[in-house]
Amino acid sequence: MENKNAAAVVAAARSDQKITTKELIQHLFPNFIELHGDRLGTDDSAIVGGLAQFNGQAVTVIATDRGKTVEERMATHFGCPTPGGYRKALRLAKQAAKFHRPVVFLVNTPGAYPGRSAEENGQGAAIASNLLQLGQLATPIITIIFGEGGSGGALALACGDSVWMLENSTYSILSPEGFASILWKDSSRAGEAAAMMQLTPADLLKKKVIEGIISEPDDHQRVIDNIASVLKREIVRLELFSPNELIIKRHERYRKF
Amino acid sequence: MKLYEQDNTLTAQHVKADKQADAKVPDGLWQKCPKCGTAILSKQINEFATCPNCHYGFRISAKQRLKWAVDRYSDLDEDLQTKDPLNFPGYPAKLHASQEKTGLNDSALTGEALINDEKFGFGVMDPTFIMGSLGTVTGEKLTRLFERATEKRLPVVLWTASGGARMQEGILSLMQMAKVSNAIAQHSAAGLLYIVVLTDPTTGGVTASFAMQGDITIAEPHALIGFAGRRVIEQTIHQKIPADLQDAENLQKHGFVDHIVEREHEKELLYQLLKLGGAQDGK
Repeated sequence: MENKNAAAVVAAARSDQKITTKELIQHLFPNFIELHGDRLGTDDSAIVGGLAQFNGQAVTVIATDRGKTVEERMATHFGCPTPGGYRKALRLAKQAAKFHRPVVFLVNTPGAYPGRSAEENGQGAAIASNLLQLGQLATPIITIIFGEGGSGGALALACGDSVWMLENSTYSILSPEGFASILWKDSSRAGEAAAMMQLTPADLLKKKVIEGIISEPDDHQRVIDNIASVLKREIVRLELFSPNELIIKRHERYRKF
Repeated sequence: MKLYEQDNTLTAQHVKADKQADAKVPDGLWQKCPKCGTAILSKQINEFATCPNCHYGFRISAKQRLKWAVDRYSDLDEDLQTKDPLNFPGYPAKLHASQEKTGLNDSALTGEALINDEKFGFGVMDPTFIMGSLGTVTGEKLTRLFERATEKRLPVVLWTASGGARMQEGILSLMQMAKVSNAIAQHSAAGLLYIVVLTDPTTGGVTASFAMQGDITIAEPHALIGFAGRRVIEQTIHQKIPADLQDAENLQKHGFVDHIVEREHEKELLYQLLKLGGAQDGK
């Protein structure tokens, strides 16, 4: 793995060449069946969820999606989930726990959608419910951050047992632009902010915020193979624990911070 | 309102000549209510620090709140200190200044308290300590608060006030959201009561975690409660948003707040809720 500086990792995480949610689902989970809706009146297209067969067993897959066309990007708010998206994710994860299916989260989001409707529908409360409830589900929960992991909006989908990042991805309390703007009232100092924030996979691995880094060559098929092998290994490893042990270990994972 | 703005006290020339003029005006002689705009003579503001017109509760320090919020309290974990995980330039000095000002080690004061005969674990976030932001020490104190309450079978009352995550502690600030949430889940699974009192302002990562995980959610009048900041929302939707979008009253209208209470009546309400709401053991 080449050693990129933080600003270069941020740029690569947001690159147009980045593998998409669609590609990941098609190739990792070819028989994916989508399940829609939060059962509370909305179906957020920024969260795609469903069932699939993976390595001979059923899994629940929940992914953020930025869309490809202009219409899709508007509908997904450029990959920023609304409260209904987080509620859909929680509904599907709870269903997975009921049937002891592992949950795979695929995350590439600038953050939770910060719009007026999102505020009125309880964006904070939706994320808070995920943090409260996902942490207690007795089934393996694995997250792959494959682009941006933006703030609480990413954490709400990355609060399980194991979090892995693609080489060209970031995970941070907010965007480097936002960070620079809050601290120095100058968003053009984003590069400087990125270096300070320790948001690269290597920095985060050092702090034990993530379990590992997945190498990301230009060839997307190889990226998919690399993710698949991590998922296989992690599901096998986590399924060795009893439900009780799993939750104890998960709590220890966050208690150390 | 500044004294020298009045024509009959000091002229503009005098003010220009005297660069220290600002400092000489007694600080906060008048306060303007940020919600309804009423000008209030500072000495008329009572111990609750509320606006006599609209009942908005001014931002107050944790220790100021505890003068009227509970009958007795003892604090815990006052010795914890952040490790400054990002080695952030200027952060130790900023922390030190906040510690001197508030008498706290970080942005929350936690411990055990009594209202009449009701004993409970409590936390008060201090909006004057780096905007009440959620640092690693804040998160650790709140986690220990819930762990201790679970062990001793006590309910918890938490007054939130926060600008959100502590920028200077980066991703480790974010991790506190998950850490505190797990401690709350265990407290809840033990059948114990958690009451949140949302105070001005409760925003960002605090709203997106323990502020919205209570069994009962109380708010003070006109408290600003939200996830995203006003500027961010307006930039995102390219529209102005109503002034009261993130007011407690609007949150209640949308189903996220159980009850809005004026500070004068808060202690009595909490007493009643503590008596009615929680597990019947551990007393």
